[in-house]
Amino acid sequence: METNVLIGEIFYTIIGIIFIICGIFALNDKELKTRIPTAIFWFLLAFTFIVGPHIPRWITGACILIIAAITALNQVRQPGNLDIPKPEFSRASANKIGNKIFIPAIALAVVAVGVAYILVALKLSTNHAIGISAAIALGIGFLITKAPAKYAYKDGARLMINVGPVGILPQLLAALGALFTAAGVGTVIANAVASVIPEGSRFVGVAIYCIGMALFTIIMGNGFAAFSVITVGIGIPFVIMQGGNPVIVGALGLTAGYCGTLLTPMAANFNIMPAALLETKDKYAIIKSQAPFALVLLVIHIFLMYFLAF
Amino acid sequence: MEVLKLIGVLIVILGFALKRDTIATVVVAGLVTGLVAGMTPMEILEVLGNSFITQRTATLFVLTLPVIGICERYGLKEKAVDFIGGIKGATTGKILSIYQAIRAAAAAFSVRLGGHPQFVRPLINPMAQAASEAKYGAVDEKTVDMIKGASAASENFGNFFAQNVFMGASGTLLIVSTLVEQGYAEVTALNIAMWSIPVAVISVLLGIVKNHLLDRKLAVTLGGKKEA
Repeated sequence: METNVLIGEIFYTIIGIIFIICGIFALNDKELKTRIPTAIFWFLLAFTFIVGPHIPRWITGACILIIAAITALNQVRQPGNLDIPKPEFSRASANKIGNKIFIPAIALAVVAVGVAYILVALKLSTNHAIGISAAIALGIGFLITKAPAKYAYKDGARLMINVGPVGILPQLLAALGALFTAAGVGTVIANAVASVIPEGSRFVGVAIYCIGMALFTIIMGNGFAAFSVITVGIGIPFVIMQGGNPVIVGALGLTAGYCGTLLTPMAANFNIMPAALLETKDKYAIIKSQAPFALVLLVIHIFLMYFLAF
Repeated sequence: MEVLKLIGVLIVILGFALKRDTIATVVVAGLVTGLVAGMTPMEILEVLGNSFITQRTATLFVLTLPVIGICERYGLKEKAVDFIGGIKGATTGKILSIYQAIRAAAAAFSVRLGGHPQFVRPLINPMAQAASEAKYGAVDEKTVDMIKGASAASENFGNFFAQNVFMGASGTLLIVSTLVEQGYAEVTALNIAMWSIPVAVISVLLGIVKNHLLDRKLAVTLGGKKEA
């Protein structure tokens, strides 16, 4: 196996092991009514990560169908046997360790960038930087907190269980984008848009892509889902294929979508739930406060993409 | 019928809008689109399985969870609360601007602050409200609502527009895996993170302008009433 692929597979195997631990937590919780389907969900996911690349691809496809059926029936629940840190413990530890507790988190981000430059020099994928910096930050974390080693897997699995099935959504949406492309969905959207906008106008292409991202996010309440549809349908044919730099178009495309997130009650956990939490009289108080900012920032995105990407 | 191929897009829109299970919605949208486009079930499973495996990049963020979990256990959030609680003597708008800047920096460094339940409700909103009360005395209900909205907004601004500056953020990884899948191999987590910096900086500056306008509005509505 090529070195680049091998390193990648090692990290995907570690992720798979974290999924297996999540499944074991569920299996061990005798109180959890859905412990079997919850465990199957995590084990199947681990299987696709660890074994998936070495077997026929349709088997992974079939695993995804089963995973979707399990989540559709709302069978994936949080086990109650997680070792949740006690607030008093965290408070006492914060007082003892002080601001040094920020070091591992900062190292995670800074080391990733440094490692990425080294990987570029070695002609290896910069994706490995995330895993390598996570390992280094973990080492620093142990030095600073003097935590017992078991918390590496216990807390890793605990956060993964907190994130839950939604954690694989970005990966699944990217896969959906691939299916859309294979089926020719992007071409249909592109043709429809092409019949409306003047040909070859870069600025109009950029504007429609950014506004399309925001609009789809408003409708769906989720910028990630909008990204895979609108980038394949509009971003690539009307901006990138006109000569736009894909890195800049992609980076600004997603945050243009986030401008839509600020405007929509569909993004309930950002705009509606917090209003309830703050007991506002007007349940749209947050959206009203965000609206002018969101519109100005969307316009800024259009100009930024136009001037930076070309 | 070419237009029929858009049924998958429709399914995604309806599924998310009607709050159906997100994973199942996406998978059903993919299946139906494939069938409408004339792919055989076996071909669909092949494409789905293959792209799911190549897109594992988008789930690399899991590798960062152990260290983040341990830091949280040992007081990361408590220390952040101490830090923000130390801001004193500022106006409502200034408190919100400082919070947004800290929130953005934290997001860029992958520190996942708790957001609305852990920061805005117990800390930021009370601080912002207290600053106005200290300056203008009693604050009417409508203005209280406005400050609450602005407090929650500063959390969302800081969170959304800076998170992609971290290479391991799931948004960054989604951009990378989507574009690489479409044949743009030059897109990497490193350069997406770098090109996410301009919007992160602009969002903080724009937040400062917005909060400055809020302070002026408070001065007019509350300060004006006092004189009258």
